[in-house]
Amino acid sequence: MPNREPAIAFHDLTFGYDRHPAVHHITGEVPRGALLAVVGPNGAGKSTLLKGIVGELSPLGGSLDLDGMKKSDIAYLPQQIEIDRSFPISVFDCVAMGLWREIGAWRGVDAKRDHEVAEALARVGLQDLGDRAVGALSGGQFQRVLFARLLLQDAALILLDEPFRAVDSKTIDDLIQLILSWHAEGRTVLAALHEIDQVRAHFPSTLLLAREVVAWGETRKVLTPANLAKSRQLVEAFDAHAEVCEREQGERERRPA
Amino acid sequence: MIDAIIGPFIEFSFMRRALVGCLALSLGAPPIGVFLMLRRMSLMGDAMSHAILPGAAIGYLLAGLSLFAMSLGGFAAGLAVAIAAGLVARSTVLREDASLAAFYLVSLALGVLIVSVRGSNIDLLHVLFGTVLALDDAAILLLAGISTVSLVVLAVIYRPLVLECFDPQFLRSASALSSPTHLIFLVLVVLNLVAGFQALGTLMAVGIMLLPAIAARFWAEDVSGMILVAVGIAFIASVSGLLLSYHTGAPTGPAIILLCGIFYLLSMMFGPRGGLLWNLVPRKHLEA
Repeated sequence: MPNREPAIAFHDLTFGYDRHPAVHHITGEVPRGALLAVVGPNGAGKSTLLKGIVGELSPLGGSLDLDGMKKSDIAYLPQQIEIDRSFPISVFDCVAMGLWREIGAWRGVDAKRDHEVAEALARVGLQDLGDRAVGALSGGQFQRVLFARLLLQDAALILLDEPFRAVDSKTIDDLIQLILSWHAEGRTVLAALHEIDQVRAHFPSTLLLAREVVAWGETRKVLTPANLAKSRQLVEAFDAHAEVCEREQGERERRPA
Repeated sequence: MIDAIIGPFIEFSFMRRALVGCLALSLGAPPIGVFLMLRRMSLMGDAMSHAILPGAAIGYLLAGLSLFAMSLGGFAAGLAVAIAAGLVARSTVLREDASLAAFYLVSLALGVLIVSVRGSNIDLLHVLFGTVLALDDAAILLLAGISTVSLVVLAVIYRPLVLECFDPQFLRSASALSSPTHLIFLVLVVLNLVAGFQALGTLMAVGIMLLPAIAARFWAEDVSGMILVAVGIAFIASVSGLLLSYHTGAPTGPAIILLCGIFYLLSMMFGPRGGLLWNLVPRKHLEA
């Protein structure tokens, strides 16, 4: 995809917790319309990177350029959902929240939007369950509900953190079709994944993380046995008594505690 | 029979005032209780009701048994504790429940100290148990005003509040309304507790907020239904509590709250949404 404006640009970016970087010194660009898999072992910093992009973490160093995108242009499906599934709310209402950007806190759901919600439910295969309580759904059905909500959010940038965790293969196939349709519509999609086979089959580009960038580019060239082995080694080096990272490029000075 | 129910209200103006006050309270407080329950903050309401004591006591010290001073003081103290607890939870290792417990216990001790140093035990009893049978015009206007404001504000923040309960992360990622909504909700909690303590006292105020709400969980499937049921239960408990107190001489505040409690027990047993008895009856499951 030549000559496209980047949707996300990382400039020597570091995110972490309590001064320990979870992922550091990322530099690079995600082109507009990219379908990018973010891959790496547990602890590689995949979730941290997505949280950072969505703004839940602020950088420990470096900077992030989202090309003028606002909060409402980004749809984010976190891995650790804080959703209270015992809450008395119907599937329809839950999905309709995806319309937040249009209806905000006060506008109503009119017939047209009502139809949009129904359509989103149909696209994830839950057309008959709109009236059911969210608490009555299975794990896979609930993941479909979250995808229906993402559909309605109509976002330019979609961030998915382990979207296929604990769902069966039929559901995974359906959800991948949705992701591919977002890609076809020109949206930028980043998905943190750990199933290498899924990535190879469906994602044109891959960012291999191991607390830093191991490789980034065309999936076929990134997911080599050598790169994967390297990423595993790098992650094991997390150290509670780590020295101050000297790779900083003089932008900000920090002293050891 | 009819005479026993309507008679006291026709005959005595203090009973009519008490009725108006309780109905105003029943309109404003139970919807707040529904959200407290759904956010798993039921006990937080209880803690907050204790936290308003020192403010009311300071108001009493400065201005005597003045409704305005005590309400304002109670409101300020409750809000201060809620916000301080929230800030500590956000900026230190403490969770919100622990920091709230710390602040409200200090606040309660301070309140009891102030009341007992300067006032008599009678005054302390007034603050702790309320004076529903001695509501003057100003108090009734305050109760009605608070419940009006409370309902209007709740309608305005309804959607973000539901989201804040159900999926706070989504609200944070979709809009900047998360923190303001939480703050406004805390203000509503404190306002309604201040209203409640005029009538029922600090100890009982939280009862009319929470018990009908908790009972309503067993009857309604969605939030708006729960709010309606909770208000209805609070209405009935208020009226029957006043009558019970009139006919038997029992103290009014506890009578109203005990009736709320009876409604809770009945709902827990017979409520169609997860009530105890329904779970015991074997019913054939549906096709899908």
